[in-house]
Parts: sequence; C-alpha cells; structure tokens
Amino acid sequence: MLSLRVAARAVGVGLPLAVIVAVVLARGRFPGRFVVNALVHLPLMLPPVVTGWLLLLVFGVEGPVGAWLAARFGVRLAFTEAGAALACGVMIFPLMVRAISLSVEAVDPRLEQAARTLGAHWIDRFLTITLPLAGPGVLAAAVMGYTASLGEFGAVITFAANIPGQTQTLPLAIFSALETPGGEVVAGRLALVSVCLALGGLVLAECLSPRRLK
Amino acid sequence: MLRVSLEHRFAGASLCVAFEAPTPGVIALFGPSGAGKSSVMNAMAGLLRPDRFRMELDGVALERRHPEYRGIGYVFQDGRLFPHMSVRDNLRYGLRRGGVGPVGFGEAVELLGIGTLLGRRPRHLSGGERQRVAIGRALLSNPRLLLMDEPLSALDQARRDEILPYLARLRSVLSIPIVYASHSLDEVTRLADTLVLMQAGRVVAAGLLTEMAARVDLPLALRDDAGGVLRGVVNSHMPERGLTAISCGADFIWVPQIAAPPGAVVRLRVPAREVILAVENPRGISVTNILPAHVVAMAEDAAGHAALVSLELGGGPLLARVTIDAAERLRLAPGRQVLALIKAMSVDLSE
Repeated sequence: MLSLRVAARAVGVGLPLAVIVAVVLARGRFPGRFVVNALVHLPLMLPPVVTGWLLLLVFGVEGPVGAWLAARFGVRLAFTEAGAALACGVMIFPLMVRAISLSVEAVDPRLEQAARTLGAHWIDRFLTITLPLAGPGVLAAAVMGYTASLGEFGAVITFAANIPGQTQTLPLAIFSALETPGGEVVAGRLALVSVCLALGGLVLAECLSPRRLK
Repeated sequence: MLRVSLEHRFAGASLCVAFEAPTPGVIALFGPSGAGKSSVMNAMAGLLRPDRFRMELDGVALERRHPEYRGIGYVFQDGRLFPHMSVRDNLRYGLRRGGVGPVGFGEAVELLGIGTLLGRRPRHLSGGERQRVAIGRALLSNPRLLLMDEPLSALDQARRDEILPYLARLRSVLSIPIVYASHSLDEVTRLADTLVLMQAGRVVAAGLLTEMAARVDLPLALRDDAGGVLRGVVNSHMPERGLTAISCGADFIWVPQIAAPPGAVVRLRVPAREVILAVENPRGISVTNILPAHVVAMAEDAAGHAALVSLELGGGPLLARVTIDAAERLRLAPGRQVLALIKAMSVDLSE
C-alpha cells in the first residue's frame, strides 16, 4: 500500500512537470536546451545511488533546499514518505519526459498554426489541441512512470532510507525480507505482487499507446 | 483597400512582393507552384515573419500583430481540421475565440451546406466536405480578412465544381475581403475581382481581373484557356427563344436561358479562341451576339501562329485569338473598328 501511495505521489507531482518539460524540449528552440535536456536525462544515466545521494545533498536537512524547506515550511523530505516519492519522481522523470516528448512531436504543428489563426493563444492551443492529441502518450507515460516508481530501489534507500511503514517500498521490503533468515517466503510473495504490478502496468501502457488507438 | 508589401530571403530563393487591391472583393494570387503564393499568405496570417513586411487593411496596420490577434481567417490547402473534435466543435473553435461576427453559426452552416455533417469527425468526411467545414471554421472566427490557399487543389474536378458555387456565393454574400491563392485560371476567373499575377517570387502584374484578362502582354493571354471576363446584369428572359439577355454596359449579350432573376449580377467568361472577328456585318449566321468593338492592342503568340487581339466593347475589355492570316486579311491594327461575334453557347456564366 505504501508503495502504491509513494508511486502515486511521484507520478502526480512529476507528470505535470514532465509534460511542461517535454513540450519545451519538443517544441522549443532556445539556448540552453541541451543543458535542460542533459539535466532531465541525468538520473537515467547515473547509478541510482548517486542520484539518491545528490538528492540528499540538496534536499537533506543540511542541504540548501532542504534547510530552506525546513525553516520556511517545517517540511522534511529526507527519510520520509514524501522523500521516497521525490526520489521515485526524479528517477522516473526522464522516462516520462521521453514518452511525452515523442507523442508531442507526433502532433502536427500545422494544426497548432491553424488554431493560432483562429485566435487561440499558446496556453489555449496547448490545452485544446496539443494536449488532447498527445493525450494517449501522456497517459501511457503516467502508467509507465507509475510502474517504474514501484520498482525504484537505489535512490529511495539512499535518500529516504528503509524505514518500515514510512519509506519501506516494495523492493526495499523484498530486500529486507531476503536479509532476514527464513524470509524467502515473504520475499517470494512480495516478488509475485511486484511481477503482477509490472505486467499490469505494461499491458495498460501498451493499450494506451497512440499506435494502438489509431 | 488592402496593401501588402514584403521582402524575404529563403535559402536559395527570394520573395519580393507588393500589391494593393480594393476591398471588399476577392483578390487572387495567381501563379504556378513555387511562385511564392503560400509564403505571401503565411506572412499575411503572421505564420511567416518576413525580413521586411508591411500590411494595411482599410487603414489598419496589421504587420506587428501576433497571428492570434490579427483577425485573419485562413483556409489551408489541406483543411487542417482538428481530428479530435466533431465538425460542430471545429466550427465553434473560432466562434468562441473571435467574438461574434457578421456571420452566425446557422448562417454559415446553411451557406456551406454542412448541416448534416455537424456530428461527424473530420476523418469521416470527404475531401470536399472537409474543405467546406474548413471554410466555415475560418469564417466563424469573425475575420477581417479571409485567406484561402489553394483550397480546391487537393480535390478532383467533380469536388471542385461542387465547392466553387459555394465560394461564389460567399463572395457575393459577405463583405469580408478574400485573398485567394490558386494556380487554376478557371477558379480565378470565376471568383476574383483583383488579380495579382506572380512568378518566381515576384509580382508580374496586378490589377482588375476584367482588364488583366484581356491584356495581350501578359503570359495569361498565351494560355489555351485564355479569355476575357465581363461583368453584367441579368436584363430579361425570353423563354420563347430560350435565351436570357445580359446587359454589359451599353451592350446586350444573349446567352442560353439561365435561372438567375433579372437584376442579378453575373460574370461572363468568353474564351479568346471562341471570339470571331468581322469587319462588316455578316448575314445568315448562327451567331447570336454581334457586338461593335475596337482593337486596343495586338500581339503574336510565341509560335507565330496566332494573333492575340485585345478589344474594347461597350461593356468592357475582351480578348480574341485569331490566326495571323485572318488578322492580315482584316488588316487588324490598334484603333480599327470591328465586330466581335460571340456564340451564345460559348459564354460561360457564373454568379
């Protein structure tokens, strides 16, 4: 249950951001585009443990953003459920951005031009033309991100630790069970759950992919 | 008045175009593919930003406005209907954003004959239906100017003939100026009031269609389908002879009987190769229309076989194409008085 909640928060916060970044990357031509692109894709390339540690540096109680959040709002991210969601969100962000970018690029820009001549400004065009047409891709990205969130290990254990009931997501629980003598049965059961979730996610993502809908 | 002037350099091509035309009315940009018609249209809509650009419509400068605030309806060659919306929602897209214009939803739907299509998705429409919806969508956005970029070029001849009457009706019902790009002389002569002749990114000539169509110094006159265009008003019907009299200035031109009521404005197209010239009144001849005219200008075609003769009739200028031999026998020269013989069956009428 905790895993599902963490993944939901990761996707819920990450998806709108991913949509914005994907549109900017797919449509925008601006200086620094490469830097944004690299930054977004960094977690995909780095070992997850490094990502988690970097998060700890930035968002930890001592980190610049973490300290500010704690002082200003009394919010602590490191070693909390919210922190686990943040770690998952950062890890799945590049996946979602890539998937959404592809579907946004598939939207015919000439339709956006047509909307423009009909008096639609850019937010209007985005909400009425681009987003609905890229919609299936966005949904597929969300499902994929959600499924991937459920499996995130390295970044979560580094940034949020492995606290049962607070930050112990499914893969962490499996890890703990395996560390415990005689925990194979529990681990096996959890692994089965995780396989089912992953398969379900993949099937759902496939059903939602733009290719299938056409 | 619509005034447009622009300069733009593309990779490997340049565009340098300026024209002005009275409004309202249909302004045709006519020229072969690649002449720069679409680029001019895109610049007018604001989708292309030329290096230098000025555009003024009825005293309002538009070149600095963003496309969404320019108030220009654009009918694209490929329709560009929104695939995820019904026909009704496509039509309403502009209506919601452009404010209420002179044309209401019901009126546009009726004018274009798309009432039965409203619930359908664009992918279930035929090419002709799609273009009619696209025209309606642009019309309902309350445009101050309507651009149509080869709206019929993706359609076969039957579909074109289906839409042309709708376009002719639009022209006579609306007071919105229309800029119409086309490479079809047939469409242009049926719709345009002003003709802007384009070639390789330049304006070759511009002016009133009726005058341009009769000029012998333009490439238009060399075409096989060249012909003069006259404006007329339906004068009276003669059912017993199966004829209708159209008054063109001081002349009457008889055509096979039509349905339009007396007083209706029509345009008559007379193919140049169908005009017979005579220097004395022929007798015992089937030709219905024998009209006095004088020769304004003459030219030979490139092959040197045909003489192009620009005529001035009581009702306007006309173009005739005869053999060089005939021109010499009749001693045709500028200023010469002749009779133009026009078969009633050769006159092509449109609204």
